[in-house]
Amino acid sequence: MRDAFISSLIDAAEVDQNVTLITGDLGFGVFEEFAAKFPKQFFNSGVAEQSMLSMAAGMASAGRKVFAYSIGNFSTMRCLEQIRNDICYQKNPVTVVSVGGGYAYGNLGYSHHAIEDFSVMRTMPGLKIISPADRLEVESAISEIIKKPQPYYLRLGRNGENSIHQAKPEYKIGKLIQIAEGKNGTILFTGSIGLLAVAARNELAEQSINIGIYSVPFVNAIDPEELKRIATNGNIVVLEEHYYKGGLGSEVLEVLNEYGITALVHIVGSKRTNISQVGNREYLLTENEISVDRIVNFFRNSSKY
Amino acid sequence: MNAKKARELIVKMVSAAKASHVGSSLSVVDILAALYSGTGNISPDNFKSDERDVVIMSKGHAAAAYYSILHITGFISADDIGEYGQNGALLGGHVTSGIPGVELSTGSLGHGLPYGVGIALARKNDIKQGRVFVIMSDGECDEGTTWESALLANHHKLDNLVVIVDRNRLQSLTDTELTLKLEPFAAKWEAFGWTVREINGHDVGQLNDACEASSSPICIIANTTKGKGVSFMENSVLWHYRSPNNEELVDALKQINVGER
Repeated sequence: MRDAFISSLIDAAEVDQNVTLITGDLGFGVFEEFAAKFPKQFFNSGVAEQSMLSMAAGMASAGRKVFAYSIGNFSTMRCLEQIRNDICYQKNPVTVVSVGGGYAYGNLGYSHHAIEDFSVMRTMPGLKIISPADRLEVESAISEIIKKPQPYYLRLGRNGENSIHQAKPEYKIGKLIQIAEGKNGTILFTGSIGLLAVAARNELAEQSINIGIYSVPFVNAIDPEELKRIATNGNIVVLEEHYYKGGLGSEVLEVLNEYGITALVHIVGSKRTNISQVGNREYLLTENEISVDRIVNFFRNSSKY
Repeated sequence: MNAKKARELIVKMVSAAKASHVGSSLSVVDILAALYSGTGNISPDNFKSDERDVVIMSKGHAAAAYYSILHITGFISADDIGEYGQNGALLGGHVTSGIPGVELSTGSLGHGLPYGVGIALARKNDIKQGRVFVIMSDGECDEGTTWESALLANHHKLDNLVVIVDRNRLQSLTDTELTLKLEPFAAKWEAFGWTVREINGHDVGQLNDACEASSSPICIIANTTKGKGVSFMENSVLWHYRSPNNEELVDALKQINVGER
């Protein structure tokens, strides 16, 4: 995902000299080509994330389309007020980029587990969250961001995740992206965790329960019409690599409530069972109950409703 | 420009709105007057130009001073000044963008300098004219982003960036040196690679001279008196918060009228 991000950004920077990348001293082995090709479009703020975000906003106010990059919580929580005041309130076209969303940096410990970011970024005024499912969605995301300059939060996984798409999907803010059809319920997921949904779907199909799957990249801008349609298709699982409160699941529940849509929703997100745990991503997903079993059990047990 | 008129507006606005920060506003107003009448190439006529000078009022709580100056220079209408701080008014207690002439919403300290660094850096790389002036309070220098930005500006040799610190030595509760020691203040900025000029922040001539170009970012330490021009407000933390009542307003206006500035 990280490589897809930088290669898409290089393509964009080649045709638009306002495309600017600022890093908070991260990206070893990733940003060298961009830095060499576009020395006036690449800056390292040093380990100074708060100033990086204000500086990004100032550069954007002077005409740049800025991508401000750091790991997980460092580009979001560390500088939340800079995002709120200098980027969002000023409507500056800055994309806050975090790499290693969720448990991607699992064995680096709690400081690097980014599982509360959606909850704080969701309410930033005018900011659109984009959480791509795979490298092809990252390419779609960069095209969309360059086309429509405004505040964004781009949450990336790490690198080497398996793709869920065969071809680059079309991105339109608010739209869900269908991965699979199904008549007995729906899984809505966001980020690079979609393969768990596919595994759950396959297991349920063996029991003649057919579940549809959608990627939801626009975490805080879901088209309610899409949810209305999905709610007529049975129960819903929201699958996310985020604390189960405050993330995509909460957004889905809020939209359903606001538009008076009735649906049974189960949020399969992190239970934060023990925040001191370390381990690789797969281990931490299981420990925190983000699992295929939970999805399968929900649909099995709720199919009578 | 006549800072005396701005001072009159400040005490009237703050009194009518029962607002605070009158002392901070009287402290910084001569710095603003100098920028908007002399050094700064900024006016309603060139505000859309991307090579104009940029003023960022990072000391957002001195909004009454900024809005008075923006009114005198033709950005803000008299009607809007008259409604300062009222329900539904355009102008409130902290500097807010969307108001004519305002570059950045401030009020949370420590945002203006890194934002200004961003503008100055973009302009320098795009070979664009126009300098960036950031007006800060001395208490604001407690913020970590001030020193992060000081590093960044020096690293990128931002000779188009000027910081003016309103050095009135009083912050929210007491003296800056009793709160979180800033001295040796000039030496700190010098150590960060800035050109430092220390002047009387109520002397418009000295302020203009201090803005003369340098090959490095410039920090002007403008020594000021909080509440300047109204004897009972001068050097008093109380007037960081208190709003003048009618009697005090009359007294303040009388003093401003007979005063030199």
